[in-house]
Amino acid sequence: MDLNGLKYTKTHEWLRVEGQLGIVGITQHAQEEISDVVFVELPKVGKMVSQGEETAVVESVKAAFSIYAPISGTITTVNESLSKDPGLINRSPLEQGWIYKIELRDPAEAKALMDAPAYEAWAKGNKH
Amino acid sequence: MEKKHSPGRILEPLLKDLGQDGRRAFQLPKTDLPAVAPETQIPSDWVRSKPAALPELSERDLVKHFMRLAHLNFSVETNFYPLGSCTMKYNPRVHEEIAGLSGFAQLHPYAPDSLSQGTLQLLFELERMLAEVLGMDAVTLQPAAGAHGEFTALLMARAYHEAQGRPRKKVVVTDSSHGTNPASAALCGFDVVEVKSNARGRVSLESLASVVDHDTAVFMMTNPNTLGLFEEEVMKVTQLVHDKGGLVYMDGANMNALLGQVRPGDMGFDMVHVNIHKTFSIPHGSGGPGGGPVGVKAHLKPFLPAPMVASGSAGYRLESPGPQSIGRVRSFFGNVGALVRAYAYIRSLGTDGLKQVSEGAILNANYLKELLRGIYPIAVDESCMHEFIASAKEMKASQGIKAMDIAKRLLDYGFYAPTICFPLIVEEALMIEPSETESRQTLESFADALAKIKHESEETPERLRTAPHRMPVSRLDEVQAAREPNLRW
Repeated sequence: MDLNGLKYTKTHEWLRVEGQLGIVGITQHAQEEISDVVFVELPKVGKMVSQGEETAVVESVKAAFSIYAPISGTITTVNESLSKDPGLINRSPLEQGWIYKIELRDPAEAKALMDAPAYEAWAKGNKH
Repeated sequence: MEKKHSPGRILEPLLKDLGQDGRRAFQLPKTDLPAVAPETQIPSDWVRSKPAALPELSERDLVKHFMRLAHLNFSVETNFYPLGSCTMKYNPRVHEEIAGLSGFAQLHPYAPDSLSQGTLQLLFELERMLAEVLGMDAVTLQPAAGAHGEFTALLMARAYHEAQGRPRKKVVVTDSSHGTNPASAALCGFDVVEVKSNARGRVSLESLASVVDHDTAVFMMTNPNTLGLFEEEVMKVTQLVHDKGGLVYMDGANMNALLGQVRPGDMGFDMVHVNIHKTFSIPHGSGGPGGGPVGVKAHLKPFLPAPMVASGSAGYRLESPGPQSIGRVRSFFGNVGALVRAYAYIRSLGTDGLKQVSEGAILNANYLKELLRGIYPIAVDESCMHEFIASAKEMKASQGIKAMDIAKRLLDYGFYAPTICFPLIVEEALMIEPSETESRQTLESFADALAKIKHESEETPERLRTAPHRMPVSRLDEVQAAREPNLRW
């Protein structure tokens, strides 16, 4: 799978755009930070969301973390495997641990997101 | 000597497994009242045909069982307990004596006001003492805990804005806030908006200005904040929110740092809760019962929950709610036993004593921070208030040792663990709050243990990863427990 071309948010989600469809998950850095994921609250299929809106909740042994939509659109599919095996997010955050797919309302919104080097630099510098 | 137990080992049998048929504890004397057959009083299908299968034990068996369980416990009574944001201070024994007085302990909640005068007077006076400490105009004693206090205050804020004819939808919280802040706001039906802290771990006025608008009902702020830092720009913060017509709420969980120094009301807060189980020394291991009285300024007084205690020519009485009151938030008068202890604490210390509490808490935290400087990185290394945040990020980077491993190993050294992994804005946080009731020697031994653990992380890191080694149970698999809970009830 081509992991180049992923776009990143400051809230640690990644977005992969395939035509009119976006795939959303959390970053490697995020899964390391929150540690073992024990539960994922998935969004409802068909839900319309705006960029930056809370769409899912990932609960780890540390705390519950909100997952924000990196881009506006309609949720088309959710990763049901996460209900049975939330640890997929830890083992494979960028591939098998994807959270939902979204039909894009405005693909141009993705331009505002960071690319991998920019995200890595940002995540490194954003700590006390 | 170190022992390791398998997770399945039974440390103490259950009462049902200890029981022996026919064994009895205390036996009541024969009654001289005529017996009434249960069937004549209770519908027949509700009456047991066989006695309930309760465990049968002697008093001796029972006392042994509960004492053994108590000895397995790690508590503020037996060990240093630097659990950040929880203020695990010593609970003076005299409070138990006073709370145990029969006039308090045996008062029936349905007793008429005329037979409850002493307790009502105590509650009346406590409301006013807390109002004085908090710089507020009125206080409700009903909320049973801090989060309940937040919820109560937010209900009042919602009613206040509605009464002004302009309901508001947003509650703003900081990214270092206690998780209860956004949770209480969401439970109250508000949309939660988070504001980022600045590089010094404080509320950024600029970020705040960008999110507070005419739809903002309340800004919730903790001062000192969860990094143990005083929010120096608090006056500007409260002004900024007031300029937009919003209310400002202070999460008073960290009030131990402010007692007698500065009052939330004088910093511009409209509402505040105080955790009497933290600041006012009520025992609070294992979750209560506690108390989260809420203080408000005059403009919010009509919305206070009912009942409030009033005084008049006929003595003290419980007053019915006014038309704008949010109603009841707790049965009867709140956790009265805890409130009696808080009253005793305030009366025994007086105003000078309360001031010494915060001075001691701040001094102890700063002393401990100095002892740890150079051993662990400190988040925002400035003078702190009653607590500070150390971090395991260097040990994680070099040896893969996490805050959790340090917490578990501290148990082996005879110390309860600090709060870990909170606040969320600090990597591998160890949130340390020594409180004012610990001696210099205790602080030094604790710092010494943390220094030894740092050394172990370099020499014998596996020892930390598998800690604890001297506790009744070894490391529990909390991930499996959360993913595959085995629930029975």
